[in-house]
Amino acid sequence: MSPELFFQYLVAGITYGAVYAVVAIGFNIIYNSTGIINFAQGEFVMLGGMIAITFAQWLPLFWAIAAAVAATMLIGALMELCCIRRLKEPGILQMLIITIGISILLREAALHIWGEGIHSLPYFYGDAITAWTFGPVRLSPQVAWVLLACTLMVLGLQLFFNRSPLGREMRACAVNRTAALLCGVKARNMVTLSFVLSAGMGAVAGCMISPITYTQYDSGAALALKGFTAAIIGGLGNSMAAVAAGLLLGILEAFSITLVPLAFQDAVSVSLLLFILFIKPHGLFGSSEAARLKAF
Amino acid sequence: MLTVRNLESGYGRLRVLKNISLHVRPGEIVAIIGANGAGKTTLVHVVAGLLASWRGELLFAGADITRTPAEAMAGLGCVLVPEGRQVFASMSVEENLLLGGTALRKSGGSSAIKEEMERQYARFPVLQERRSQLAGTLSGGEQQMLAMARALMARPRLVMMDEPSTGLAPLIVREIFSIIAQLRAEGSTVLLIEQNARAALEIADRGYVLETGKIIVQGKATELLANNDVQRAYLGREQIG
Repeated sequence: MSPELFFQYLVAGITYGAVYAVVAIGFNIIYNSTGIINFAQGEFVMLGGMIAITFAQWLPLFWAIAAAVAATMLIGALMELCCIRRLKEPGILQMLIITIGISILLREAALHIWGEGIHSLPYFYGDAITAWTFGPVRLSPQVAWVLLACTLMVLGLQLFFNRSPLGREMRACAVNRTAALLCGVKARNMVTLSFVLSAGMGAVAGCMISPITYTQYDSGAALALKGFTAAIIGGLGNSMAAVAAGLLLGILEAFSITLVPLAFQDAVSVSLLLFILFIKPHGLFGSSEAARLKAF
Repeated sequence: MLTVRNLESGYGRLRVLKNISLHVRPGEIVAIIGANGAGKTTLVHVVAGLLASWRGELLFAGADITRTPAEAMAGLGCVLVPEGRQVFASMSVEENLLLGGTALRKSGGSSAIKEEMERQYARFPVLQERRSQLAGTLSGGEQQMLAMARALMARPRLVMMDEPSTGLAPLIVREIFSIIAQLRAEGSTVLLIEQNARAALEIADRGYVLETGKIIVQGKATELLANNDVQRAYLGREQIG
């Protein structure tokens, strides 16, 4: 393989990997506070993109994205307030099925609102063929945007969870809910907040990636699967491991096309998911003990 | 301070507490003793709001707390140091204390938190030494101290302690109990749940003996220590003659 091609694949892998990582962190946030996988996570990504595309008709791009992220967060909050919170004694299975139901609902609603067509946000800078050249590598500015947004989100979240009182309270609920309640932490609100955060992260990822991969009513499912794979590879509940796993998955996928046809690209992540579940179900970076310590 | 009237509660269809009435006056240490499964933990869980009551009334400092949710209790000034410490194992000692101050932060801001944390570090110097260590790596006695310090961060008027001596070496137990006695000297009120009946009654003002969900004996701690039935059943000493 020529060095040019190598770097090109690497950059593409890192770009997709960053998005997978953000989706994986979305899974982790909700998993840590409720113990469930939110099957509507992919729909948050799709909604973020779709709503931004709609708003972009009237608003400048930045404000359209901001409004879309806010709207998706609101949908995440409503999802928890209207469905999850009303459960008298929330069981894992009940909550899981509710998220599956909501993901179908959101996807169908999107089909009615935006139709079957493919939509996309404009490139944030330049267009599809604008590229910065660094030696052998040609880099689309959009790639830089994706990486910048994902890095900022990950760092921001780490700061939030480790430095702010609210983030600390969320972690406390994940570690020991009863003790958190006794300390006066409003655990129910922390669950709502986890849906809001997770929806916001998904929406940002959906906006960033939209110019590159386009947005369709059902495009959330594929991203959710990749994000889920990254979350599992990293070990559910651990966000920094999810970042590493997301990047790993993206890079593997990008290089896989040198070995298998492009159509099999999705199969790569699914086989990896199965492989990890068989060999190391607690994730590459986790042990069974670490798996019990939820670390956002 | 705390009044419990005709309380009934349990799990599912199992009735654990049967018509319990008791009270704790300001500045007292009240001990509730009883064997495993007598309902001691269930009782404090109902008071703390972790478990719903089926019947009866709970009054705290004159306010009805029968339906008050657990997360509001710390703010009212009633805290529970739960059985088995329940520290936030993967978080540092300092973070545990900060979390204990969640209710205080809302009323007094971060300066109050800082002040209260210094007070707890003065009370438990070992916690200050280990302030950045993960709580899960502390010894059992240190975890118990952390659990107490975390609860005290809320500046409570009533501290409920569920089995603080479980699994600790006798020397540590003595230290924990002397801290409890010191709390009363500072004007706090303590409701102490213990299987270690002798140690509990020795520092308590009054006591209740709980057996299969009912209070069977109550009175001054000194009276209970001298009571033949209590001695036989809970203090492990047969009165001769």
